[in-house]
Amino acid sequence: MTRPHDFGFDETAQILKDTARRLLQDHCAPEALHRLVAASSEPARATEGVWDPSLWRKMVDLGWTAVAVPEHAGGFGMGLVAIAGLAEELGRAAVPSPLVATLCATYVAAACDSDAAQQLLRRIASGLSVSLAGTDRRGSWEPEDTAVVVDETGALHGTAWFVQDAGKVGALLVKAKSSRGVGLYLVEVDAPGVTMVPDAILDLTRDQAHVELRDVRDAQVLAEPGDGARALVAAEPALLTIVAADMVGAAEWQLQTTAEYARTRVQFERPIGFFQAVKHPLVDLMVQIDAARSLVYDAACAFDHEPAAAEVCARMAKAAASDAAAEGSGRSVQLHGGIGFTWECFIHIWFKRQKHNEVLFGDGAYQRARLADRLIGRIGETA
Amino acid sequence: MTTSAPSDSSEQAAFRAHCKAWLAGNLPPRPSFRLPLGPLEIATIEQLEYLCDWQRAAHAAGLIGCDYPREYGGGGLRDCQWIANHELKAAGAPFFPNIVGLGMAAPTIFHHGTEAQKRRLLPPLFSAEEVWCQGFSEPGAGSDLANVQAYAERDGERWIVNGHKVWTTLAHFATWMILLCRTDRARKYEGMTYFVAPIRDGVGHGVAIRPLVKMTGELGFNEVFFEDYPIADDLRLDEPGRGWAVAMTTLLHERGAGPLVTPSSGGGVGDDGESTLGAAGLVDLAKRSYRHGRPASDDPRLRDAIVQLLIRQRAFAQNERRAAVPALVDHPLRLPLQHKLTLSELLQDTARLACEIEGMAATLHQTDPNAPAGGRWPHAYMNSYGFTIAAGSNEVQRNILGERVLGLAKSK
Repeated sequence: MTRPHDFGFDETAQILKDTARRLLQDHCAPEALHRLVAASSEPARATEGVWDPSLWRKMVDLGWTAVAVPEHAGGFGMGLVAIAGLAEELGRAAVPSPLVATLCATYVAAACDSDAAQQLLRRIASGLSVSLAGTDRRGSWEPEDTAVVVDETGALHGTAWFVQDAGKVGALLVKAKSSRGVGLYLVEVDAPGVTMVPDAILDLTRDQAHVELRDVRDAQVLAEPGDGARALVAAEPALLTIVAADMVGAAEWQLQTTAEYARTRVQFERPIGFFQAVKHPLVDLMVQIDAARSLVYDAACAFDHEPAAAEVCARMAKAAASDAAAEGSGRSVQLHGGIGFTWECFIHIWFKRQKHNEVLFGDGAYQRARLADRLIGRIGETA
Repeated sequence: MTTSAPSDSSEQAAFRAHCKAWLAGNLPPRPSFRLPLGPLEIATIEQLEYLCDWQRAAHAAGLIGCDYPREYGGGGLRDCQWIANHELKAAGAPFFPNIVGLGMAAPTIFHHGTEAQKRRLLPPLFSAEEVWCQGFSEPGAGSDLANVQAYAERDGERWIVNGHKVWTTLAHFATWMILLCRTDRARKYEGMTYFVAPIRDGVGHGVAIRPLVKMTGELGFNEVFFEDYPIADDLRLDEPGRGWAVAMTTLLHERGAGPLVTPSSGGGVGDDGESTLGAAGLVDLAKRSYRHGRPASDDPRLRDAIVQLLIRQRAFAQNERRAAVPALVDHPLRLPLQHKLTLSELLQDTARLACEIEGMAATLHQTDPNAPAGGRWPHAYMNSYGFTIAAGSNEVQRNILGERVLGLAKSK
């Protein structure tokens, strides 16, 4: 398969991205976001009241849960390149919503080969929000790792950790293990035996929970035991790309906001951006963001057109975006000076979202270690 | 992982096929002598002649100047030079020696020259029959280029030049020089004028060229002294006093940010061949090198460092790709102005890491029979500073990016 030189970023993708930018500018401007999520400086354990369900309904009405769903399951079947454009805007606005979680679950469901998965995709296209419940207490992203088991009757037991936006979604896509391997299951959040325990987290723009599953019997099988890991591996490049795109959008907001401050804040009779100790780090941040952004579209395009190359490209994108997010977060606070260290300044909202996304699905060093295994060979393999 | 282009126009598709077919049968045979790593390192006449012959052949086949009009020795095509470059690189072709001509003089003459100047100067430039050099920098005008002091005084239908240019790559082989002179001492930016000077004819008649030896021990660039050197007025580009604006066209293209794509071939990043300086070469190097009695490719810190460079190398190529997609570009100069900065630092950091991987072997000069990879990496590491300093040092590049793209207050 060949890859289009323009990444396949077509007019439809452009319209989706522009629409997202406008909607979020109108309904999730920084001042409004700060009022919404930072009204209290208490840790964000409560999930109620820190997001805007009416904005979520608008997003669903615009079809944003359907964009990644294949056409045969009632969606728009847009390429990951278009979804990456959308995710960039979600990060730029730092919008609290279950959309990133749902997009990630969509790619996992689409990689499952079952009628139940097809039905799930139809429900997502109609507005169901879903989150992956797939990692253990140590936060391992290896496809076989989970602390949930499925018994011979098909009931689920155990705890799924680090479930993103768990307080906002309608259903969970649970990874569970049996002696036959890893399977994937759909569980409604209000099913008997499901207990959601919110985590106290730093990021104000999302919630997170660990989910206790006690003898959960009405789970639907999306992928049979033994088939789940394959679906997760197939979907992983898309998950990494989406989170990387979110970070790139957020880092661009950090860059532009900090550059604006450097243009206007005067010290020593000059705007501080005059000084090369401020100017050059901002340029280096821009260079890092651009590298990450190009790699995000490269990865999305590879996923759409050349699946064999998708994993390498996606890990590169996630590594570059995680590093750009770290740089953007540090520089934005430091270059804002004293005000940047306060709760009233908007900067910390993006800082915390970035810190969360940096480690989600594996940080830069983790991705590079996986890449080294692919591109150099495993340690000990060279004679 | 190759990107081909189903979005090629029919003209582009036909041209791509032509390039592939011609390159399949017309690459020059390997020379008996060692080729330099890049145009900045051409040291001997035999190296120059071999490379000029190759450039002449590639031009005759239509792979150079593709997007320039035919009457100026170009191919009369649209948006095809990047295709030729891509195919040249893929074929592992040698580089083109007339780098100052192709990358800087040609677009400047094309945008600012008279009809007669374009017809006279461009065809032998593309074919490398006439080699070009650049007379911009001076002892007192480096990063602050607008401080040039070489003075051209009007004398009827000619100008009389006195001054001193430095870091003049290829001057000892060049027929022509693009020359930035002061013509008004009262005004800094509006007081300069741009000439094309036939310096080879001027040697002994007001032009003296003295080679400068680089830190690598090689020749490659020069000092050029002008003493009452006359230049005909019809060799002036654009109006008197417009020299700075003309020089900006040159610099934009030199930094890879101009509208005309520079013909290029081989030796760049993104090539996977062992003969190049790309980061891909680090993987094999690490497997062949040892550290603590084990392959260097098993060292976790080196593995991470190698992958970081592989990521940066891929990002560089993907930046080039994204720069051509307007929907994914926020500011038209943002990616083009990063080109020189990111490429030069990528090459430098790659060479530096390669030396680290080589360990003690990196102490060996390229003339030593035991030097790994022909001593390429320590040599490339030293030479990489030419690239991070030249064409506006990277510190100046960061000023330009901060000021023109981020709108930060100007340093000057």
